[in-house]
Order: sequence, then structure tokens, then C-alpha cells
Amino acid sequence: MENKILSAYENRPRTLWSRLALGAVLVALMAWSATAAVDYTGASGGGQIAASIISGILHPDLSLLFNFTTEGVPYLMLETICIAFLGTVVGAVLAIPLSFLTASNLVPKPIAFAGRMAIMAIRTVPSLVYGLMFVRVTGMGAFPGLMTMALSSIGMVSKMYIEAIEDLDVKILESLDAAGCTTFQKIRYGILPQLIPNFASTAIYRFDINLRDATVLGLVGAGGYGAPLIFAMNAYRWNEAGAILAGLIVLVLVVEYGSTKIRVKLARG
Amino acid sequence: MSLYDKIFLPRTITLENGKTVQQPVSRMPLIIVLVLICCAVSVKVTGFNFATLAKRGEQFFVILGDMFPPNWKYSSQVWGPLFDTIKMSLLGSFIGTVAAIPFAVLASTNIIRSRVVVSLSRLLFSLVRTLPTLVVALIATYVFGLGTLAGTTAIAVFTFAYMGKILYEEIETVDMGAFEAAEAMGASKPRAFVCAIVPQVLPSYISNTLFCFEGNVRYASILGYVGAGGLGLVLNERLGWRDYSGAGMILIMLFVTVFIIETISRYFRRKLV
Repeated sequence: MENKILSAYENRPRTLWSRLALGAVLVALMAWSATAAVDYTGASGGGQIAASIISGILHPDLSLLFNFTTEGVPYLMLETICIAFLGTVVGAVLAIPLSFLTASNLVPKPIAFAGRMAIMAIRTVPSLVYGLMFVRVTGMGAFPGLMTMALSSIGMVSKMYIEAIEDLDVKILESLDAAGCTTFQKIRYGILPQLIPNFASTAIYRFDINLRDATVLGLVGAGGYGAPLIFAMNAYRWNEAGAILAGLIVLVLVVEYGSTKIRVKLARG
Repeated sequence: MSLYDKIFLPRTITLENGKTVQQPVSRMPLIIVLVLICCAVSVKVTGFNFATLAKRGEQFFVILGDMFPPNWKYSSQVWGPLFDTIKMSLLGSFIGTVAAIPFAVLASTNIIRSRVVVSLSRLLFSLVRTLPTLVVALIATYVFGLGTLAGTTAIAVFTFAYMGKILYEEIETVDMGAFEAAEAMGASKPRAFVCAIVPQVLPSYISNTLFCFEGNVRYASILGYVGAGGLGLVLNERLGWRDYSGAGMILIMLFVTVFIIETISRYFRRKLV
């Protein structure tokens, strides 16, 4: 017994050199990237600025935080929730046909590859660019924001949909076939119960992310809390920024708590 | 029996052998109604209007059309910011993933027994995760000045929060048998952790790091908008001057870069798992 263990230990894979090489590559990469990062332009008194920013954020503007008109934080958050919700719904629906066309177990390889490239192209364009395009279509406001959100959700959502479709358990379909089910019944009892929890879970997860990413929309004037937040920060009104951030943190934590609960329930059935 | 089942009584089916089974009523109608109500409220608040979309939809493709053909000559000016973006995300991802390790260990219930420490570290991750990356980048530009250092900081902060959560969830689902065995043999806690838990989480940890890095390259291209260096800076400039063919060139180069990075990282992730 003892000898067996010792001999197994002696014959363990020797990976010292490959590990050293990997480490060297990593160090080289970091050194290369550090050349860009250390362009410290030396904003004078960075520490002082940081201190004033933090104290401003920690003393949020309470009158803004509890202002229940359309100017206040609660309404901004409601608008953001609506943008993120509808954006997620539109994006999740648009992603369904796209992902069925791209799932490699359903369509021939060239089509699946083309679909993959299309999804990647959609993902790569920064959401700001979409924002600009939609502002041109609809004018400023929450509407272009939600369309931007929908388009930028498609990438991740369809990627996860595709994985769900490719993981489909085909044996169930075969047994339904053997039991003499029609095509409609096969879809209703064989495919939908497998896909719906997965799809719903993905959409809820994306809703979480969209709430956080809504800041970006503010840059192009597409609604939500982003624009007031960035204006406040650019004007050094840190109390205002603190109020919006406080609202956002509460909102995101609450939504995250709820969505995790739902997703756990969906995963366990 | 939940409240829903009390209101909508389950259907009772009598089988051929005399046994009865109860089929609870589907929750689907309730969920659909709720989602529809939320949709209606959202449509009201955001002013979603399908007619506008159908009527002026072609406007969306005007900018897109202007981007093609892209201005190939402009590419010579994109290389610098493009490499800045890659460098920012490389360094930021590395710092973030390494910094997340100790806090993730402190946040795993199966390693740390003290509930206070666990909830404090989890609270830290949650708070940092709610901060939008753009806000972090903007604050960083005030503190470090305009440039890639601010972007690197923002990416590191985002990666820290994202990887931290994934890592502590990973550590918690690990098989504790080897850890307990090592402790029983007299190994100290850190030693047992390195020998028994690290080998179990390392592959997925590296795989997630690569995945996060991929996403960061994409995200880093936005950060330039607030002056945090990288592609966003030139992209913003091109869009501001309505030089859409130049912007198209930037987007194409970003697309190719992301494609290459994704291919490499997918190859390594396949090998890891």
C-alpha cells in the first residue's frame, strides 16, 4: 500500500517547465500592459479629491432622495426599472428566433457559424452607438433607452439560450414519439418544459445586469438615472450623485435578492 | 399547500387502479398576467410606441449605412487606443481576479465559521457590484487624472466584484472530504486549503477569469467616453464629428480583436474543463 502510494507520487506528472513558461508569459503580458497603465498624469491632490468625493457620496442629498415628483430619485428608479424590464422583454423575445437559427444541433454548420458571427457583431458594438442610432429614430427619452437595452441584451441572452437549446434532452422526444404523440404535443410536453425555466432564468439575470448598465444610457440622453447621475458628477455635486447612487444600490440589492430567489426556484423546479 | 392551491383547487384524477392523484393548477396564467401588467406599466412610463418604430425605423440604419464602407486610412490611428484597451483590460482583470481571492475565501461559509466575517465580506462584494463601472471610471478620472490608469482601476473594481462572487460560490460547492481529511492528518487550515480546495476550484476559476477578460475588452471600449482611455476616446471623437466611416473602422477593428481574443480564450477554456 505504502509503496503504491509512493510510486504513484514518484510518477506524478512533471509540469514544472510548462508552469514556468506559463508564468513567464503571464509576467510578460502584465509588464506589457503595465506600460499603458502607469501614465499617471498626476491630477494634483488626487487623495484630497477622493476624500471629498467619498464624503459627498456618504452624505446624500436627502431632499432629492425622498422627492416623489418626476424630478426625484424614486421616479428615476421607476423609470429605470421600466426601461430595463421592457428592454429585457423585447431583447429576450428577439433572441428566441435568433438562437434557434444558431443552435448547432438544429441547423447546418455554415448557418450556425453565420448566426454566431451575427450575434457577436451585435454584441461588439458598444451600447452607446446603438443609443445614438435610436435617439435619431425616436428622439430623446426613455423610449430609445429601452430599445438600446433590448439590442444590447440580445448578445448575452441568445448565447445562453443557444446553450440551453444545445443541451436539450432528446431522449424525451424519442419516448414521446414512441408513445405516439403528435409534433405539437412533442413541442408542448417535450421541449417547452425543458426550455422555459432556462429562458426565464436567463431573462431575469439579464434584467439584473440591465439595471446596472442603465448608467451608460445617460451618456446619450436615453433616459433613466444615468443622465442626472453623470451631470451631477461632472458638476462636482457629489451629494446629488450620492443620493442617486444610494437609490440605485437599494434598488439593485432588492432586485438581486428577489431574482436570485426566483432563479433558484426555477432551477430546482 | 400554498395559498395559490387553496384558491385554485387542484384537479383530482382517479387512476384505473382506484388511486387518486392531485394535479395542482398551473401557475402560468398568474405569471403571464403579472408580466403583462408590468409590461403595460412600463409601456406607459417609457412611452414605448410601436408606430414610431415602424415609421421611422429606417432612420436607425442611416448611421449604420454611413459606417460602410469604413475609412481604411483611419486604421493607422486606431492601433494605439486599441492596444491601450487591451492593456487596460489585461491588467485590470489580473489585479481584480487576484484581489478577489482573499475576500472570496473570507466569504465562503464552509471555510470561515464566523458568520460576521462571512456576511461582511459578502456585503462588500454586493456593494461594489452595484456600483456602475462607468461611475467608478468617472471617479477614477478625478482621482488619477484622465487616461488609461483610471480605466484600469474601473475594470479592476468590476472584475473584483464579479470574480469574487463567482469564486465564493465555487468554493462553497466544493467537495469538503479532502479538506477534512487533511485537517484530520494535522494540516493547518491554510495548508489544507491549498492542498484540498485550490485544485478543485482552480480550473473553473481560470476559465471564469478568461471569460471575464473577454467581457472586459468589450466593456473597456466604452470607458473612454468618460475620459478613461482606450478606444472609447477615439470612438467618441469620431461620433462627435459625425465621421461615421471612421467610427465604422474602429468598430470593425474592435470586432476582429474581440473575435481573436474569444477564439483563443475559448480554446483554453475547453482545455481546462
